[in-house]
Amino acid sequence: MKIKVKDLYKIFGKNPQKSLSLLEEGLSKDEILAETGDTVGINDAGFDVKEGEIFVIMGLSGSGKSTLIRCLNRLIEPTRGKIEIDGTDIMSLNKNELREFRKEKIAMVFQNFALFPYRTVQENAEFGLEVQRVEKKEREKKAKKALKQVGLEGWEDQKPDQLSGGMQQRVGLARALAVDTDILLMDEPFSALDPLIKKEMQDKLLDLYEHIDKTIVFITHDLDEALKLGDRIAIMKDGEIVQIGNHEEILTEAENDYVKEFVQDVNRSRVLCAEDIMDKPVALLYYEQDGLHTALHKMRKHDLSSIFVVGKNRKYRGIVELEEVVSSLNRKDKSIDDIIKKVPAADPAENLDDLFAQIADLDTPLPVLDDSGKLKGIIVKTTVLANLAGKNLK
Amino acid sequence: MVNFLINNFSGPLNSFASIIEYVIGHIEGMLAFPHPLILIILFSLLAWKLKNIKLSVFVALGLALVLNLNMWEPLIITLASIMTSVIVALVVGIPIGILKAHNRAVDLITRPILDFMQTIPPFVYLIPALMFFGLGNVSGVIATVVFAIAPPIRLTYLGIKQVDTELKEAGHAFGADWWQILLKIELPSAMPSIMMGINQCIMLSLSMVVIAAMIGAGGLGKPVLRSLNVVDIGLGFEAGLGVVIIAMILDRMFGRD
Repeated sequence: MKIKVKDLYKIFGKNPQKSLSLLEEGLSKDEILAETGDTVGINDAGFDVKEGEIFVIMGLSGSGKSTLIRCLNRLIEPTRGKIEIDGTDIMSLNKNELREFRKEKIAMVFQNFALFPYRTVQENAEFGLEVQRVEKKEREKKAKKALKQVGLEGWEDQKPDQLSGGMQQRVGLARALAVDTDILLMDEPFSALDPLIKKEMQDKLLDLYEHIDKTIVFITHDLDEALKLGDRIAIMKDGEIVQIGNHEEILTEAENDYVKEFVQDVNRSRVLCAEDIMDKPVALLYYEQDGLHTALHKMRKHDLSSIFVVGKNRKYRGIVELEEVVSSLNRKDKSIDDIIKKVPAADPAENLDDLFAQIADLDTPLPVLDDSGKLKGIIVKTTVLANLAGKNLK
Repeated sequence: MVNFLINNFSGPLNSFASIIEYVIGHIEGMLAFPHPLILIILFSLLAWKLKNIKLSVFVALGLALVLNLNMWEPLIITLASIMTSVIVALVVGIPIGILKAHNRAVDLITRPILDFMQTIPPFVYLIPALMFFGLGNVSGVIATVVFAIAPPIRLTYLGIKQVDTELKEAGHAFGADWWQILLKIELPSAMPSIMMGINQCIMLSLSMVVIAAMIGAGGLGKPVLRSLNVVDIGLGFEAGLGVVIIAMILDRMFGRD
């Protein structure tokens, strides 16, 4: 075990010992706040982190996860409890020993990057080494290497405020990698980034993780992120750890209502609807103008086996299929009226599971119509399948 | 009480006075040694380096005007005492500001003293300064320091208080000690605020020039005071212009853009 935490408590306020004994008597967080004016930050937390794993602590804001991670390197002093890292009892260290321990063992990445605005990217990355009084040449070399690892080569001389959010956090990551500690504490490192950059950074972290030999404790409020990164996940609520487990256990064996709600909530938000996955039709047949020949031409040109017919204002009229067009041309018919078929249509807000049921036994694409019957887009079977598969892969 | 202080502390007070005298003397000697024209060129080059060519032209013309008005010598004395006052005020003030930001007791003790120093009319403490240090430049510098030391203390304090706690936390997380936090995080973050304190300190020192002349300090204040006594508008105007020019030069050179 790399990190062992047992019976950890943190009380914020004036009478921590009194609050602690009240807590043991079974009073709730609110009752203690009313009684002593103290806030319970962490309530009897205990967990182990294995060597080389990514351990994710997840919870909503105010659940105590940031406090917990800060207890690991005693940036926040725990009120009581036992923390063991690599066999060293962290709680017994004095100030100097603690500083040395932080230098050797633990690096940290912060939610709002905590970069020094008056230092260049390179100097920021060197910070930890500078604190360790590493010689200038070696410092530069190590920092350069770390910056290269996070993909920031060539940005060394910029100041942090000239960089985008994602790049700034890369600097934060490089600063932590440069000191080359065994343990990396990451306090919601990607929460301040926009979704696309966030995903990119997660991939980058996983990629780095493959190549470095580190134990990572990662804080997040995002279940998707937890599932993507974590080998094991601890879920926190009101300062307590309510469940620890791997993906499967968290998703399927939710131990209490809180976890269930969490998991459900996130799943619900992850469901895609028709609007999200529909495509624009490559070609349309205009009912008022186009005849059979145009239909044939358009389908040949775009290599389609069927084509949707719309009227004025893209009002959905139906669909015609290639075979039928060809046969009615052979019959020397003039109009497409006889061969227009009405296939069932979907609502833009319809979700993926319902769409699948609809499209399963349909040979043609599924049209998506708005309230006024306008054709908004089309959905083909493969898209639905791909999205369903993607969802299940996670 | 003043008598008690004079009787018991004249030793340290005298050595303090001689240090200040020594500093003024040297700065004055340094400034008076080269030909005024060389000094003007040097100053204007410095202005160019610190700011821009426009300011350097202004510095050259301004100083040339002072030279032409025959105010060069008092200007040098004024400059020397301002520099001394500012150096003393910063050397004492910035560390006090740092301590004030870190230590609640120091903060509580200095707060009323600073209020007192900033609100009491300067004329009032010219008298004790005179009693302790006698007539002359040293008293002038002491009075000036008392008058000008509050902004560097207050703005250093403010600058350090406003350092982002996450930055300090990052420092602690990487194992930085008290000095490393101070030198690598707090002071650089507080620099803009401290620079403003320095600028304020220079400006306040300048505004004491004329007042300090009342207790025998030399420089541009002296002709102003004399012209007041003999109602010589021309002389007063010339010396006053000298004060304005030096004030503008110092402000533009050491102020923020």
